[in-house]
Amino acid sequence: MPAVKETVETVKTIDVDQYKYGFVTDIESELAPKGLNEDIVRYISAKKDEPQWLLDWRLEAFRRWQTMVEPTWSRCHYPAIDFQDLHYYAAPKKTPGPKSLDEVDPELLRTYAKLGIPLREQEVLAGVEPQNRVAVDAVFDSVSVVTTFKAELAKAGVIFCSISEAVKEHPELVRKYLGTVVPTTDNFYATLNSAVFSDGSFVYIPPGVKCPMELSTYFRINESKTGQFERTLIIADAGSYVSYLEGCTAPKRDENQLHAAVVELIALDDAEIKYSTVQNWYPGDSEGRGGIYNFVTKRGDCRGARSKISWTQVETGSAITWKYPSCILRGDGSSGEFYSIAISNGYQQVDSGTKMIHLGKNTTSKILAKGIAAGRSDNTYRGQVSAHRKATGARNFTNCDSLLIGDQCGAHTIPYIEAKNSSAVFEHEATTSKIAEDQLFYCMQRGLDEEEAVALIVNGFVKEVLQQLPMEFAVEAQKLIAISLEGSVG
Amino acid sequence: MLEIRNLHVEIDGKKILNGLDLVIRPGEVAAIMGPNGSGKSTLSYVIAGKEDYEITEGDILLNGQSILEMEANERAAAGIFLAFQYPLEIPGVATMTFLKAAMNAQRKARGESELSPGDFMKAVRGAAEKLGINPDMLKRPLNVGFSGGEKKRMEILQMSLLDPAYCILDETDSGLDIDALRIVAEGVNALRGAGRGMLVITHYQRLLDHIVPDVVHIMAKGRIVKSGGKELALELEKNGYADYVEAA
Ligand SMILES: Nc1ncnc2c1ncn2[C@@H]1O[C@H](COP(=O)(O)OP(=O)(O)OP(=O)(O)O)[C@@H](O)[C@H]1O
Ligand SMILES: [Mg+2]
Repeated sequence: MPAVKETVETVKTIDVDQYKYGFVTDIESELAPKGLNEDIVRYISAKKDEPQWLLDWRLEAFRRWQTMVEPTWSRCHYPAIDFQDLHYYAAPKKTPGPKSLDEVDPELLRTYAKLGIPLREQEVLAGVEPQNRVAVDAVFDSVSVVTTFKAELAKAGVIFCSISEAVKEHPELVRKYLGTVVPTTDNFYATLNSAVFSDGSFVYIPPGVKCPMELSTYFRINESKTGQFERTLIIADAGSYVSYLEGCTAPKRDENQLHAAVVELIALDDAEIKYSTVQNWYPGDSEGRGGIYNFVTKRGDCRGARSKISWTQVETGSAITWKYPSCILRGDGSSGEFYSIAISNGYQQVDSGTKMIHLGKNTTSKILAKGIAAGRSDNTYRGQVSAHRKATGARNFTNCDSLLIGDQCGAHTIPYIEAKNSSAVFEHEATTSKIAEDQLFYCMQRGLDEEEAVALIVNGFVKEVLQQLPMEFAVEAQKLIAISLEGSVG
Repeated sequence: MLEIRNLHVEIDGKKILNGLDLVIRPGEVAAIMGPNGSGKSTLSYVIAGKEDYEITEGDILLNGQSILEMEANERAAAGIFLAFQYPLEIPGVATMTFLKAAMNAQRKARGESELSPGDFMKAVRGAAEKLGINPDMLKRPLNVGFSGGEKKRMEILQMSLLDPAYCILDETDSGLDIDALRIVAEGVNALRGAGRGMLVITHYQRLLDHIVPDVVHIMAKGRIVKSGGKELALELEKNGYADYVEAA
């Protein structure tokens, strides 16, 4: 109830067309020269002081990428991206890599404070109940600048650091798991990422450990003409549990910026990973100028028996979203979940969904996707559910609903369903509805203004998914939804 | 006073109200009866501020001020309440949440502070009990899967919580069983007086047995064609609308 009220309040206080996080941090950066070639790959690897094996891994990916073509099967339309007109590495000069808090450029700390992300542990300790504390890895352009609560997590045996640091400190783990869920050859953007990835987070939860706090990574793109290629690797060892949240924002710029991330999750026997995303990259202005091109490959491998991976996403930002967080249900009795709210307004284009690949016996999956299209946007749910011959007793339940606001937007549902054994049971439900004028009038007759009415109806529509998010983020997400739909009525 | 003057209304080029005049005085309960399609629901929507209609002539005045330029929510805050003939469903929004949003929106529009959670709960529980509404129902999404009668009760619950100056009840009796009819009528009667005006749209005398009107208006072809005391409804029950429709 209070969250609904807050949504309503937020809608009222925000101006139309106002992306709250669109400011630029004035900070000196070190940039790689524009363009992409083997030298740039070597440059990035050298900046990070990487071992030879990783440089070789990157170069192999780069050579492969040169033979690949950009996929065109999505419903997103955009002018060809000039991959030579980008910087592939940008780091704040004073903080070119992970540091302790005292050493981080204060300008960066101010930036994160402005974004509502507290990095000073003392402040978090003073203001937040222990069960609500969140450890943060802050990634600014191409580098992780700080990771909080590392010491406290280490006491529980949890490793939480930037991936660059993990390469140095825990090479055996990185080498064992990197690229095992999303191989370097996977797809155009994932291969590109493998060649030039700069930073991202690394998490390892040891056997039997329940991670003592929420982990999160906050990605910020600041530089112009720069691509961000983050790489995240999370391993939950047998019987462990972790809940992880990712957030992202970028300044308002007239040009389109490229973001191509890869996230790999691995859950061993009886382990559980809950991965939540609140994606709020700059969506472009009301005329469709600028905004982030977001091409992301996220995949979880339920490698162990009875393991569980759950993706929850609230997608409100980006000019283009191309993203299908998926689960490979390899372990017998493993389960995958995908809960999604994808909102598009203005000229945004979303082509998003999931894949549930049932390989093990008695594997289960659940998909709940809510798409909301407003303005002149286009919103597609694309989902694949398949059961291998050996995946006897596989079960899936899919429900995807679309809500249209206004009559210049579009919503589409593209399901692919494939069962190679007769014992698989797949259920699929889909609906498309419009916010009826009559519903709006009914709410307004009771005293709600038009935006309050839309916010209330939309909140009702996405409620089941919001309930999956950790409490604090659910409130944030709800506000974000209201802001994203700003100016969508009337 | 709610005053409708020479109202002409069209939708999609089709004329529906045809020079309608009607006055509801503070504290007065007026009934409107009229054949199907004569424009009763249209009248109630136009008073409440639904957008699709074109008002080609005439005016609607609330206490002497025209409300035609006001949005539906502004009219609601000014004290106009419509109990819908077909209440709408709002999936995923708990009835309680909706009630609170509505009450606070109106309070805010009037410059009043928000209700405290305690006062809100007390008000809702009390009103629900009087209307025989099970508190569990208030946790369910508004009107979703409610029976016809339950929806109508929920309209009256909202009416009593929002404390409007003028209530329009569009066929609130349809879909109610005999006991519910009595309960709802009692709810409405409890809101009578105190300067509150009511416009009760109905097809049946049995509602007017419970909610006894001060005046009865007969509507045909988009106009009020005859007005009288409560006995007019009894006469209609006997003779039907034929004479009035012909005359209109
Ligand atoms: N959107 C619309 N387009 C065209 N005609 C309409 C529209 N809405 C209503 N009408 C017509 O206007 C006339 C009046 O309808 P209204 O619902 O006001 O009647 P009513 O008196 O409330 O009838 P009932 O007693 O059946 O509830 C009807 O002929 C109806 O078909
Ligand atoms: Mg009617």
